[in-house]
Amino acid sequence: MLDTHDTNDAVIKISSLCKWFGQFKVLTDVDLEVRKGERVVICGPSGSGKSTLIRCINRLEEHQSGHIWVNGLEMTDNIKNIEAIRRNIGMVFQSFNLFPHLTVLENLTLGPTLVRQMKKKDADALAMQFLEKVCIPEQAHKYPLQLSGGQQQRVAIARSLCMEPEIMLFDEPTSALDPEMIKEVLDTMIELADSGMTMIVVTHEMGFARTVANNVVLMADGQIVETGPPESFFGNPQHERTRTFLDQILKH
Amino acid sequence: MASPSLANPAPFDPDARMPAVEWMKRNLFKNAFQSVLTIIVSFAIMSLAWLLFRWGVLDAVFVTNDPQVCREAAGACWAVIGVKHRPMLFGLYPYEEHWRLVLMIVVYLATVVISLWPRFWNLRILVPLWIASVTAITVLMFGGVFGLRYVPSNDWGGLPLTIILFTGTVLIGMPVAVLLALGRRSPLPFARGISVIFIECLRGVPLITILFVAVNVFPLFLPQGMEVNKLLRITVGIAIFFACYQAEVIRGGLQAVPRGQYEAAASINLSYWQTTRRIILPQAMRIALPSITNHIVAAMKNTSFVIIIGLFDILTATSAVMQDPLWRRYYIEAYLFIAFIYLFFGYALSRYARQVEKWINIGRI
Ligand SMILES: Nc1ncnc2c1ncn2[C@@H]1O[C@H](COP(=O)(O)OP(=O)(O)OP(=O)(O)O)[C@@H](O)[C@H]1O
Ligand SMILES: [Mg+2]
Repeated sequence: MLDTHDTNDAVIKISSLCKWFGQFKVLTDVDLEVRKGERVVICGPSGSGKSTLIRCINRLEEHQSGHIWVNGLEMTDNIKNIEAIRRNIGMVFQSFNLFPHLTVLENLTLGPTLVRQMKKKDADALAMQFLEKVCIPEQAHKYPLQLSGGQQQRVAIARSLCMEPEIMLFDEPTSALDPEMIKEVLDTMIELADSGMTMIVVTHEMGFARTVANNVVLMADGQIVETGPPESFFGNPQHERTRTFLDQILKH
Repeated sequence: MASPSLANPAPFDPDARMPAVEWMKRNLFKNAFQSVLTIIVSFAIMSLAWLLFRWGVLDAVFVTNDPQVCREAAGACWAVIGVKHRPMLFGLYPYEEHWRLVLMIVVYLATVVISLWPRFWNLRILVPLWIASVTAITVLMFGGVFGLRYVPSNDWGGLPLTIILFTGTVLIGMPVAVLLALGRRSPLPFARGISVIFIECLRGVPLITILFVAVNVFPLFLPQGMEVNKLLRITVGIAIFFACYQAEVIRGGLQAVPRGQYEAAASINLSYWQTTRRIILPQAMRIALPSITNHIVAAMKNTSFVIIIGLFDILTATSAVMQDPLWRRYYIEAYLFIAFIYLFFGYALSRYARQVEKWINIGRI
């Protein structure tokens, strides 16, 4: 049996997480808790370690000290743990990372058939269901590069959802998109939030943070500077660093 | 990155659809110097073409059994092909059994044509197909069953031998190449070490050395009384050499697959082999396809090395046949014939590779 750890009601618990890239310390003593159904938005200047932090949660990056628990299961070198944790986590990337040699439908059914051992027919039905949810069922038989950026990102979201994860991680899902496509992706994410999905979203879309987040986190230089619900985070930031960051970003 | 779907638009070509006269004015007679050059060069080309035409067609002898007729003619002696084509194409294989080789070539070509068709790209079709055709070819070549006379592999030669060596090289070499390329990028230090040593050592020596080892040194390590067919040994030797070069080409393709592909695969929990087989290799092979084809065409020509075990592939068989004092003077015609056969297969191969690239671009495969 895998080790479990009582993390109260947090589905993700991160404590004193540190990570180095060689000599360079990217994350310093990061603590974070995310409860079931909670939406956390992480923002902060470029290079502050936001991507690295969420990539540690599903082990796309390895941390050197500190702990990460997902549903009470600690992320360790143990491949069983890693797989068990990844099963609960979907991830959406800034650059979509769709498989260009597979059709949209094949992109979606690959995980369900190979990992969840679903029958092709069931996987197809599941995939179509999620494509409808992200409003592009008619694109099922196209290849990813035949779609617009916004459509590709929605396919990527659907691909993650096909694994029926409990938690979704988003790493700047809209920053590679043209302005007119940002909204369609954000709308999809809002819908997902409304359905009760636990989400960690790295983004600079402050409108999204204001309306959707339960908690907004500011990272700077590998540390969490400020955490709080959107009202106080935007209305009454406690730290100078937060104020300067918000000034910069809201000016644009 | 080679994207399968968006057809790459052809580069804009201002010469396309231009009337011929306009095109010539622009490209051949732009100024006085260019015009003079054009005239001189076209005169040279035309006289050369005329000479070749006179030699190859007007003054040529096409059919005769008598070398004297050729001697008296001023042009080419294509008749030599008619007289000598059987030993050239089939080497030392017993004369009355040549029909078996013709049948073998037919079986082979049919198998290849079916296999190159994307519609049949399904292991449940291809594996039985190849097992059946390799069995049929083995039976045809060796005989010894069904009342067929036994012909040892030492007597094989010519085109069938070239085909067997070439196909064996690719069928054995490609999987080895893929494994070596993967091994070289493997997270396991052991797999990586083995692959690096293997590739670097074998790439560093000439093919002829590897063949020498396969033929003369390798048997010393076998237990007494055990013997591995010489032809098989040399095929494996050529295949391994081929694999080392091909592995580096495939590695180039692997390196060109963006890191995000691995991450996306990891995020949906695919295992290493699932990721490799379904995500990474298909993309890497598409990217590396032009260079892969290049090495395959080159492999076709390496088959001539079997001469070192006394076997005669199509090229060396022809050299041997052309020792005949009566016909010796017409070696140019004979070699042109062989060159044409090489060209046929080589050209077919590169055309096919072009077609595959096209299919990739329109997302059909
Ligand atoms: N694979 C890596 N090797 C070495 N350094 C890295 C690597 N990945 C990231 N870094 C460094 O770690 C720091 C944090 O990177 P990270 O991508 O987490 O920042 P970020 O907050 O996501 O920035 P952005 O807003 O630009 O995406 C940066 O200084 C970056 O240069
Ligand atoms: Mg980032």
